[in-house]
Amino acid sequence: MSVSTVATWAVVIGGLLILLKPLGTYLYRVFTFQPTILDRPLKPVENVIFRLIGVSRDSSMSAVEYGVAFMLTNLVWAVMAYTLLRLQGLWPFNPQHFGNLSAGLSFNTAASFVTNTNWQAYSGENTMSYFSQFAVLQFLQFVTPASGGAVGVAFVRALAGRPLGNFFVDLTLLITRVLLPLAVIFGLFFVAQGVPDTLAGYLHLHTLTGAAQTVPRGPIAGFEAIEHLGQNGGGFTGANSANPLENPTALTNIAESIAMGLVPVAFFYMFGLFTRRTRLAWTLIAVAGTLYLIMLAMIYFPEAAGNPIVNQLGLLGHANMVGKEVRFGIGGTSIFETSTMAFTTGSVAAAQDSFLPVPSLAFFLGLFLNMVFGGQGVGLLNMLMFVILTIFLMGLMVGRTPEFLRKKIEAREVSLTAIAFLLHPLLILAGGALAVSTKAGLSGIFNPGPYGLSEILYAFASGAANNGSAMGGLNAALPFYEVAIGVVMIIGRYASIMAMLLVGESLLKKKAVPQTTGTMRTDTALFGGILLGAIVVLNALTFFPVMALGPIAEHYLLLAHHLFT
Amino acid sequence: MAAQQSSAIPPMRLGEVLRDTLLKLNPWSMMRNPVMLVVEIGTAVTLWLTIAAPAGPDRAYDALVTVILLFTVLFATFAESYAEARGRAQAAFLRKSRASARARVLKPDGSWEWQDGSQLTQGTRVRIEAGDVVASDGVVLEGVGSMDESAITGESAPVIKGPGDSVTGGTVLLSDVLIVEITADPGSTFLDRMIALVEGAERQKTPNEIALTALLAVLTLIFLLVVVTLAPFARYYGPHAVSITTLVALLVCLIPTTIGGLLSAIGIAGMNRVAQINVVAKSGRAVEAAGDIDTLILDKTGTITIGNRMATEFMPVPGVSAHAVAEAALWASVADTTPEGRSVVELAQKVMELTEVPTPEGEPVPFTAQTRMSGIDLADGRKIRKGAVSAITRIVSNPPPELAQMAEAVAREGGTPLAVAVDDQALGIIRLKDIVKPGLKERFQEFRAMGIRTVMATGDNHITAEVIAREAGVDDVVAEVDPEGKLALIQREQAEGRLVAMTGDGTNDAPALAQADVGLAMNSGTMAAKEAGNMLDLESNPTKLLDVIEVGKQLLITRGALTTFSIANDVAKYFAIVPAMFASVPLLRGLEALNIMHLKTPHGAILSALIFNALIIPALIPFAIRGVRYRPESADRMLLRNIVNWGVVGVIVPFVGIWAIDHVLGLFGLA
Repeated sequence: MSVSTVATWAVVIGGLLILLKPLGTYLYRVFTFQPTILDRPLKPVENVIFRLIGVSRDSSMSAVEYGVAFMLTNLVWAVMAYTLLRLQGLWPFNPQHFGNLSAGLSFNTAASFVTNTNWQAYSGENTMSYFSQFAVLQFLQFVTPASGGAVGVAFVRALAGRPLGNFFVDLTLLITRVLLPLAVIFGLFFVAQGVPDTLAGYLHLHTLTGAAQTVPRGPIAGFEAIEHLGQNGGGFTGANSANPLENPTALTNIAESIAMGLVPVAFFYMFGLFTRRTRLAWTLIAVAGTLYLIMLAMIYFPEAAGNPIVNQLGLLGHANMVGKEVRFGIGGTSIFETSTMAFTTGSVAAAQDSFLPVPSLAFFLGLFLNMVFGGQGVGLLNMLMFVILTIFLMGLMVGRTPEFLRKKIEAREVSLTAIAFLLHPLLILAGGALAVSTKAGLSGIFNPGPYGLSEILYAFASGAANNGSAMGGLNAALPFYEVAIGVVMIIGRYASIMAMLLVGESLLKKKAVPQTTGTMRTDTALFGGILLGAIVVLNALTFFPVMALGPIAEHYLLLAHHLFT
Repeated sequence: MAAQQSSAIPPMRLGEVLRDTLLKLNPWSMMRNPVMLVVEIGTAVTLWLTIAAPAGPDRAYDALVTVILLFTVLFATFAESYAEARGRAQAAFLRKSRASARARVLKPDGSWEWQDGSQLTQGTRVRIEAGDVVASDGVVLEGVGSMDESAITGESAPVIKGPGDSVTGGTVLLSDVLIVEITADPGSTFLDRMIALVEGAERQKTPNEIALTALLAVLTLIFLLVVVTLAPFARYYGPHAVSITTLVALLVCLIPTTIGGLLSAIGIAGMNRVAQINVVAKSGRAVEAAGDIDTLILDKTGTITIGNRMATEFMPVPGVSAHAVAEAALWASVADTTPEGRSVVELAQKVMELTEVPTPEGEPVPFTAQTRMSGIDLADGRKIRKGAVSAITRIVSNPPPELAQMAEAVAREGGTPLAVAVDDQALGIIRLKDIVKPGLKERFQEFRAMGIRTVMATGDNHITAEVIAREAGVDDVVAEVDPEGKLALIQREQAEGRLVAMTGDGTNDAPALAQADVGLAMNSGTMAAKEAGNMLDLESNPTKLLDVIEVGKQLLITRGALTTFSIANDVAKYFAIVPAMFASVPLLRGLEALNIMHLKTPHGAILSALIFNALIIPALIPFAIRGVRYRPESADRMLLRNIVNWGVVGVIVPFVGIWAIDHVLGLFGLA
């Protein structure tokens, strides 16, 4: 392991560890309406907004109201995004004169960005006008993570025994107090590192060899900041952060990796403050952190060891540098890829389809779990879903009705949580099965063998987890995939969030029971270990067979030096 | 007691169990158990495939899978039938006591006529004569008689019943005549309830069971999804990549059949364990709630202490020997038949090393409220008295100052002093004390470890209450409390979110019994108390509450342990089945590396996993019936122990088991 790899990892992981406590505390203060440093400049602005939409800071909603407000708001944004993209040609800031998007692509893109997935069935630099990039996509990159985060805040409030709060207030505060200030800081840093930020048209250059070349540019730096701070992941260009215009240096690579994790990790700590159980928060951070490190190891070590077939030929150095950016190396690429899969961002810093089977298995792990910190708010929601399931499964073994945060977990909570858990594999497996049993689905596959199957599974997993990255090699622009993945993204986003909001409210309404030595404690290393085990076993039981047909089969074919021609 | 009764239970009939095992295959009744329903449907599918397939090795494989699946279902229905049969055997024993009960129903004119005892309604008055079996539950209106309750309590000593006392159907009047008003309608007597509960006839799923069933249903749905979608995914590698039979086998191996097959047996067995300790629970919900209890409110007298005060020490005044005090106390008490008096005699015997109680020669002087003393005027002229210190002080001349000092000391330590005098000379003090039931202190400690708080509520004064509380090691004590105070205490605990259990027997306990989450009424108590509680102890032993709580906890632990075991088992099954099921696909040959058990053939591997999956159900029936081993300790320790015992072991056992079965199959050429 090189010094630069160690240094890169240390800065990213250390940075997140150092920042999670102050940022988590700041989030807690913001959402409990305590004074913070930004009150003076922002409070008047927010008050105007609240007066305009007619809500007050301390108002509250029921779970259904909160969920409906969340979904209706998202629907409005989706319709708006669809219309604006469908009629792109009519709008200004279009120096390349890109035309209207097709109906399928408009639906897919609207669904993708509204659900915080940012699956891109297009390449930005030859499809989207600057207007579409900043007024549609970048706008959604602010509001959709904020709305997902708002749901997370509401759920945490319910667990802490407080009223859920008001969706519009939480949405606004997440933007004004969290995402905008951070985006300004990161945006300026990216500009300083050389990321373009302009409304001028593409550059047309002649290379030294005399060939004509078009260099796309645009308002990229600001886009890049929120793309990662909101775990959006839809890049300005098709190659995302592998493109030097988006991610030019090792420093921007580190900054983007940190930006993705900043808010999701802080949410975990905020949960601890809300529930007055910071030890529990650290336990959950340790569980998610362990999974993060496992993914990092699964990506880095096989890639650093290289492709056995290529190595046998003695052609290249040992590391598998195919599809990777030399400026990041294996170390920088690994941490970016781990982060993008863990935090469900979905931007990529390398070509996903040139990774070896074991690293792709790590990608799948991130998509299946969807709670290795995950997207802000929703990742925590998924983690707590597993916590509740684990408590119910294991908690009976202490001879009491299982309890979480002093509330009994009974039939209603168990059923809703189990349904939320069921949805994710349902979308991935049913979607994938549909694709492999139809001509329309099969026609999108470029690669033969297990890899083709992995591509399809990856596409649906990415949609269901609202990650948005693609494995590559699958023609996602086919109408079948545009519609199917669009639908998967929508169900994946809203159904489980709604179920969990109802769980939260149901727990909130229950009478608290006293905590005694007879209560199973959740803030211990023992519970952390059990939780980790339960998460791994439950997911392995669900996904092991398809993984055996995809990356695992491919892994053994690679070891057997099997080549597809 | 429990052992005594269970030994009296007639053996259940195996034929009946087997018949039920088959009858339960009816898919309609299977609907209650979604997990096993899936297995049954799977069996039908493979059976159809077996019949439809052409003869050959594949057909033999299909047939074998079908047979194993069938046995998987049968093992589950057997477990349930077996648990039910045990309950029925217990119920038959109870029912026998009631079988021939006829009742002498009183007419308004005072005469009576025989009527069928099972048809008596509330309010009917019946006459019970010596030798009659009480036909139904009721309250004594007139008469006093001794009752043999052994049929339902197993306790052979007769009990005296007088006006206001309740009598239970099935018991036998040994002497005298009672007039009883019937308080239960046909089918709702305590005996009926107990029979219904142990038979499982009125068994409704408890809240926890409903939650667990829901979770198991969703897990089954997930595995159904995994297996159903696996067909198209496998077909990606070719049209015949995987057989339907193998997919069904995989499905059955994955869904939680172990807990699914044993869940109802666990519930039935839990109710039976309650019945075995001679407690009638009015619902399964009450038993489950017992496991969740946070606070136990216990009476002092009779619950924490043995009902009566006992003599523990003779304290002579200076110049008198302990032997002399003992002798005087003995003479003063030989005619005293109260438990206190008997305890004085026993202590004196011990001090004087007598093996027999001498027969008194003289005239006993009984206790009266006026004299507040009792004793004997011996034939030799000595007048021996024992009684309240102030009363004795008055009849003796020059009572030594030490007498009052000793009396004070005894009272300060929570005891009751009795003075003993011969003629006009005070000899010393008898210390009477409340005695904590043996073993209670240790049990309270165990309960504390499990986070259960014990509160002693007593009408006694603070000093006495504190002393006993300290000796028994309860967590809290409330003295000078009346029944209303007890109700308020329960409400206060409940307001803080605690679940409260208590025992009681008096009519004035009824509101508190009704308010408590678990209210254990004593069979010896009034009808109002028995109706208010949600459990009834036939032996009228208040300490039984502790046993009920343990049964409730064990019920939950057993469910949790077998669920964890069931899910943990799946890991090994994947390693057996996944490499085997795709063995015919060239591109997937590499998956053979996952065959870490080195199972010999693909079909053998799948059959081994399936056989293991079926056999583990009967193997765990003893745990389901008896409940898993349970030790009182803190939640964290219990969790660690059970995670190791059922989770970690649950991962390892099937690896060994499947490997071993594969080797056995190899001996028969099947693997």
